[in-house]
Amino acid sequence: MATIDVNGKSYETDEEGYLVDLSQWNEDVGGYLAQTEGVAMTEQHWEVVNFLRDYYNEFQIAPAVRVLTKAIGKKLGPEKGNSQYLYELFPYGPAKQACKIAGLPKPTGCV
Amino acid sequence: MLHIINKSPLDRNSLETVLTTATGGSILLIEDGVYGATKGNACEGKLKAAMGKFKVYALQGDLEARGFADRVTDGVTTVDYAGFVDLVADSKTNQSWL
Amino acid sequence: MSDIKKFMFVNRKAPYGTIYALESLEVVLIAAAFEQDVSMAFLDDGVYQLKKGHATKGIEVKGFEKTYGALEDYDVTKLYVDQESLDARGLTADDMCVPVEVMSRAELGKKMDEQDVVLSF
Repeated sequence: MATIDVNGKSYETDEEGYLVDLSQWNEDVGGYLAQTEGVAMTEQHWEVVNFLRDYYNEFQIAPAVRVLTKAIGKKLGPEKGNSQYLYELFPYGPAKQACKIAGLPKPTGCV
Repeated sequence: MLHIINKSPLDRNSLETVLTTATGGSILLIEDGVYGATKGNACEGKLKAAMGKFKVYALQGDLEARGFADRVTDGVTTVDYAGFVDLVADSKTNQSWL
Repeated sequence: MSDIKKFMFVNRKAPYGTIYALESLEVVLIAAAFEQDVSMAFLDDGVYQLKKGHATKGIEVKGFEKTYGALEDYDVTKLYVDQESLDARGLTADDMCVPVEVMSRAELGKKMDEQDVVLSF
């Protein structure tokens, strides 16, 4: 089990760097995880990350990319609910990278 | 004797076998066994008929987990984990019907 | 992905007592993410999976009732529930946590015949 240190506090992660206990998450941890992914967080990035956290709270899963794209389109509008927009924000996969930053487990169906 | 059952009565026949084999004592329903203590279940009649012979208990946490806390068959006593321990401690012998 | 197959997941086990229900749900979400034509059948103790109001804090297990609510986002809307199984358990369609189609065993059997792949849990 690996750990990361943020603001003097230690957090457990799995071998791929996903936070083990999502209840420990806060924006500083999110910011740190973003750095490890090489993502410079903007308001648009946070919007997706917060959307994912809300989705997880409601359904207890991290959605697959296709589902995430559709659900974001429904809530935030079609200009954001498309894979081009999401891949520009998270080049190595919106579900995978944004989930990690949001402190969620790897999406179901994500290999 | 305390009989502990953890299988759904409509999936396995553990409850049925206890009711027809054991001479009396207490029955504690846990895990999927708690479905046997829910209103409207096909085994409800048999369980109620056996209540003169057996005292029937069901584990509260398992009822809650399955969404049946508010549908427990009349005459069944719900217990928490501490109550589970008391039942085991108070009976001379226990049998888990696997 | 042009080769879309009809997949049916047949659920006959209660949740939490065994791992089957959760495993089935996860495989359904994976299959649906690959844009297959997925349906789910619930019969025998499987109907308990959809019983409203799971509160799993006491048994310290992660509840997954809420996840059935995400099936719609995955375009899994064909949820077939056996009437006879509901009756034997004192349940009705109103007890289900998501919209379902309640049908007889005979109708359910016909739905099974229409599938390319049937997976049993």
